[in-house]
Order: sequence, then structure tokens, then C-alpha cells
Amino acid sequence: MHIPDGFLNIATVATTYAVSAGGVGNAVRVANKKLGEKQVPLMGILAAFIFAAQMLNFPIAGGTSGHFLGAALAAILLGPWAAVLIMSCVLLAQCLIFQDGGLLALGANIFNMGLIASFSSYYIYRLVTLLMGDGRRGILVGGFAGAWVSVFLAAIFCALELAVSGASPMGIVLPAMAGVHALIGIGEGLITGAVLSLVLATRADLLQLQRI
Amino acid sequence: MKSKWWLISLAVCLLVACLSPLASSSPDGLERVAEDKGFISLAGAAPFQVIADYVFPGIENEALATILAGIIGTLILFGVAYGLAWLLKSRRGERLRET
Repeated sequence: MHIPDGFLNIATVATTYAVSAGGVGNAVRVANKKLGEKQVPLMGILAAFIFAAQMLNFPIAGGTSGHFLGAALAAILLGPWAAVLIMSCVLLAQCLIFQDGGLLALGANIFNMGLIASFSSYYIYRLVTLLMGDGRRGILVGGFAGAWVSVFLAAIFCALELAVSGASPMGIVLPAMAGVHALIGIGEGLITGAVLSLVLATRADLLQLQRI
Repeated sequence: MKSKWWLISLAVCLLVACLSPLASSSPDGLERVAEDKGFISLAGAAPFQVIADYVFPGIENEALATILAGIIGTLILFGVAYGLAWLLKSRRGERLRET
């Protein structure tokens, strides 16, 4: 879902850069206050895993592929602000080194796949674990639901930005993006659930860290 | 050995990167929509290329070039995120000591 340069108009570029800069700035402030020693290696591991896993496009219907986002996994393990930092590192490296996602579109990409995906998945996960308890079942169902919503909402915001920029009419791009990513979100949910279940089996204490 | 869990995890991440040539080469969700709805041509080329499209330049074997790009990216991201977290965390410690 990395937007290349050329899809967004200058007003959308400026707005999304401003919002994302504010978001990342606040993530730095929150991490500065609350990030503990124990979270440091996990921040590195999650960024490395999310980058590597994002390379593995999986086929979905009709000659289309999807790939893991990872914001939900990071938000569930470390909290939404830490997830924003991790996603920003991944998206910045993908943009600068791998030419995946445009330089001008970086603000929008951090907004969609960083801020929107991290916060939506975190609160959906919290809601589900509140309703179902934070046992294995609650964690896995919450992880799946949060991950699906993160991809779906990121795609909705991506479509809105494309429509506002005049790349494609709202009535066309919105249902198309929503439809494809409703399917990709299932993959996101399954991968997030599989990793959470691996963490539960090997290092369940990581799910008890303070989330920021 | 408990403190070495992240070394094992990093090795797993590098293994995942080595699977990258198996990835589907079909367009992703956004690319598919852009092609179907006729606005893919708006996409501009990047002003510079480093390891464009996850293929390390100058290597003939594409699978090898993809794996190398994946390993480099995975190590960079581990280093950058670890370093950033360490900087943010350690500044808090210094402030606590000052007060």
C-alpha cells in the first residue's frame, strides 16, 4: 500500500506531512518519557521482522498480492506510540533505500500505515481483550481483529487521499481499495495471530511489558 | 542465555528475508487498483535509486540479489530501531540522574 510519488497533489502531501510530523514528534516525546530498557531490543527485532516480512508478498484473488504491514503486531506488543516509531523507521528506509513509496508520499504513508494502522489495531485489540479476557483466546482473537482493521482502515485513508488528490473519483477508488484490502487484511490477521501465538509459547512475558 | 533471545529472533528475521525470492510478484492491492482504475501512469520515477525494488544492483542472479537486499534491509532496520530506542531510553536515564 506504499503510495508512489505522482498520485497525491501538493495540498495532500503538505497536510499528511504536517500530521505525520506531529505524530512522530509526539511518539518521540512519549518514548523519551516511558520507553524502558527491556523494550529496546524488541524495538529492533520488530522493525527487522516487519521489514523482512513485508517483502513476502502473498497471492490473493485475481492476480493480486498483498503483504504484511506489521503495525498491529508492534502496537499489541509495545503500544501504539512505539509502533508509530517502528513503522516510521521501516517506511523511511523503504522510501530512501529501496524506492518503495515516494519521497513526497512518505507523510501519507506514515499517516496510513503508521498512525492509523497502529492506533486502530491497538484499540480494537484492547476492546476485544476487555470483552474476552486477556487469556490466549482473547489475545489471538484481538490480534486477528486488530490486524484486519489496521489494513482495512489504512486502505480507506489511502483511498481518501487519492480521491482528494484527484487521482481517481471517490466512488471508484474507495470501494476498490476497501474490497482488495478486506482480503489482504485476512492475511495480516493470520500472520499477526501466528506470531502472537509463537510469542505466547516462547516468551509470554513480552506480552506483559508496559505499552507506550 | 536468557538475554540472547533477541539474537535468535534476529536470526529468524534474516531467515525470513532469505525466503523473499518466493514472494508473489503480482501487483499489490494499491498497484492493482491503480492499474484497474487507470491511474498507475501518474506514478513518477524516484529521483535516485539505491537498492530499487529490493533487488541489489549488479548481481545477475535475481534471487540472490533479492536475498542480499533483504538481509541488508533487515540488519539496517534492526540497527536503526535499536539505536533510536536506546537513544530515547538513555536520555530519560540521564535526566533522572540529574534531578
